[in-house]
Amino acid sequence: MKKPIAGGSGGAAGLEVALPHPGTSRPRGLTRFLESERLLACLLLAPTVVLLGLFIAYPFVMGVWLSLSSVSVGNPGEFVGLKNFIKAWNDSIFQTAFYNTFYYTFWATIFKLVLGMWLALLLNRHFRGKRIVRAAMLLPFIVPTVLSTFAWRWMFDPTFSVLNWLLYQTGFITTKLPFLSDGTWGMWCAIVVNTWRGMPFFAISLLAGLQTISTDMQEAASLDGANGWQRFWHVTWPLLKPVTLVVVVFSIIQTFSDFQLIYVLTGGGPANATHLLATYAYQIGVATGLLGEGAAVSLFMLPVLFIVVWLQLRYLRRLEGA
Amino acid sequence: MTTPQHEATSEAAAVSRRTFLAGSVAAGAAAAALEGILAGRRAPAYAQGTRLNILRWVDFIPACDVELKRQAGEASKALGAEVVFEFINANDLQARVTAAMQSNSGPDIIHMLHNWPHLYANGLVDVGDLVEWQVKEQGALYAQSEAYSKVGGRFLALPHGIVPGLIAYRKSWFDEIGVTAFPKTYDELRQVAAKLKKKGHPYGQTLGHTFGDAPAWAYPLLWNFGGMETDKTGKTALDGKGAVEAVRFMTAFWKDGCDEGGLAWDDTNNNRAFLGGEISATLNGASIYIAAKRGQEKIKDDKGEPLVRDIRHARLPAGPAGSWSYHTAFGHGVMKYGKNQKLAKDFLKWLHGKEQYGKWFQVAEGFSIGSTKLWEQSPMWSTIDEPMKGFRTAPDNSRVIGFAGPPNAKATEAYSKYVIVDLFAKGVQGMKAEDAVTWASGELKKIYG
Repeated sequence: MKKPIAGGSGGAAGLEVALPHPGTSRPRGLTRFLESERLLACLLLAPTVVLLGLFIAYPFVMGVWLSLSSVSVGNPGEFVGLKNFIKAWNDSIFQTAFYNTFYYTFWATIFKLVLGMWLALLLNRHFRGKRIVRAAMLLPFIVPTVLSTFAWRWMFDPTFSVLNWLLYQTGFITTKLPFLSDGTWGMWCAIVVNTWRGMPFFAISLLAGLQTISTDMQEAASLDGANGWQRFWHVTWPLLKPVTLVVVVFSIIQTFSDFQLIYVLTGGGPANATHLLATYAYQIGVATGLLGEGAAVSLFMLPVLFIVVWLQLRYLRRLEGA
Repeated sequence: MTTPQHEATSEAAAVSRRTFLAGSVAAGAAAAALEGILAGRRAPAYAQGTRLNILRWVDFIPACDVELKRQAGEASKALGAEVVFEFINANDLQARVTAAMQSNSGPDIIHMLHNWPHLYANGLVDVGDLVEWQVKEQGALYAQSEAYSKVGGRFLALPHGIVPGLIAYRKSWFDEIGVTAFPKTYDELRQVAAKLKKKGHPYGQTLGHTFGDAPAWAYPLLWNFGGMETDKTGKTALDGKGAVEAVRFMTAFWKDGCDEGGLAWDDTNNNRAFLGGEISATLNGASIYIAAKRGQEKIKDDKGEPLVRDIRHARLPAGPAGSWSYHTAFGHGVMKYGKNQKLAKDFLKWLHGKEQYGKWFQVAEGFSIGSTKLWEQSPMWSTIDEPMKGFRTAPDNSRVIGFAGPPNAKATEAYSKYVIVDLFAKGVQGMKAEDAVTWASGELKKIYG
């Protein structure tokens, strides 16, 4: 015979069920509070909202306020409306920085995408030492940007560049290449370093995407007579597009607002030729102390990035819908 | 409740106060505080655990920073508070000042270069009492030290020294092309540099965005050709024949005689290039010579001899309008947000006093020459090498940035934006001299109005 379950009453069929004792139950208010999904959700979200408010919303609002004021270092300033934006727009160095930011982002993103895709396709194959190669590939992404950019700066050094030395010793050049002492060269050096640093992120993300594509589809396409390019274009690429778009959007945001790399590599020089919006905003706002004008320069990034992200996400949603 | 530790601290503090007062009476109100502290050999009444932070540049003479750290230990004992130096790249100092002033927290004392006190006036404490004491002890300030630290009649930084810039050059390479004396005019310099460049020994000059060597070359070049940033009333006056001629000279000089990598140089590149035997001459402080001397076992010339024996110094050559120079002045500013302003002032008095400053001055070996003429009489000058002696009186032909107007906050803004440096950088990058002047003039008008 089964033993009755202790602590209950009313065992109609000889089974006793445990019920809460009225005297030991939790207070009604707290129970209701904890059982309210809306309140619980608020409670759980609160830390995130506070953190976002403190570290994202507050600095952003402060940035907007600064851009509309004449605040400079040690001076509270006053509201000046759009004066800082108009001043920046008419500033020739700002115009250079604005153009440079697009140029730098465009070419760096293109190179990162093409080379990252190529690398991902290679790493998606089976070969000996694949894991080591995959881990090594991430090194440029792992090393702190400032550190790796310093190494590149030494390689591009105007006087003691190891690249110049190598090219000279091998007879490819007779005079030094002006890696960082010419505006155009300086910008392309920055693009190269950015590509070197950002390519692993593209490669690893695209590789993750490639591994979700069933090999059956590739095999089926092969059986139908598709060559390598056709298999990529008609099978791999359509399936990889959503991942690619997310990676590209992320990269554009990062590259467009890049600061460290240019600051360390060229400092925006020579003669402001490689300034990006972020480095010029720093030059004006922090180094010179014109905080209002610096904030206005940096806020020029916002609408551009907003439009890019909105267009790409819209396209992504359409892809997912299809 | 008072703990034994607190009692001990209070007792020490009380004794210290008495000592402090005794010293004050004996030595007079202005000079007594520190003397009292030192005479009593007791810490003054600063709260236990008080820390004084001082932010300075990384000195080009590393031994100077070592000496300051040593002095910080002594000062900590003398003042009864922990004195801590932080050294950062000079090109990052302005960013730190901005961040500190905006957040109302940071170092208690910050190194002030050039005329920065004018730009940061609202964040600095009046140190007129300290300047008065320093002048009494060490004589009148050099004109540029006074102009840079005095804002609206108040001294907002205590002048510490001047780092003069002279042209360091390789005597043997100049001899090889038949030049036994350094060129007296810019035109002669261009011809000599052209010959040297042909022999693989170009002149080295930065036109990059860097705090010292670039403005020290660019501003005098403008003045020596008759150009000026502003007129005496402070209005933009760059548009003129002098500025155009200066840019024309620079463009030709760059092409004919300079290492064209200089556009990307900071203040350290010319030192390394000179010591590495890549350039024949460069405008610099005495750091090249001192580094070559201290490292003479390793730093050799092409014949295997210590490079230092081949280094000579010369003043900037003359242009059609004269031979002016620009020498960077340094000072210390006490930050208004600091909670230990009294301590900061006491420390500066200790650090700038003849005894302590003298030790540091000795270590600098002529790289920094003091902020008053008193230091021109230092016995150190009779003990240093002949090629270094030119630094002793170098500031006597110095002008201030903003010339012909005052070195005010707007002049600091123009300096911080490197407008005058970029005027020449644009020229050497291919912009027509007239267009470069028009561009720079436009930038200055945005600043000065």
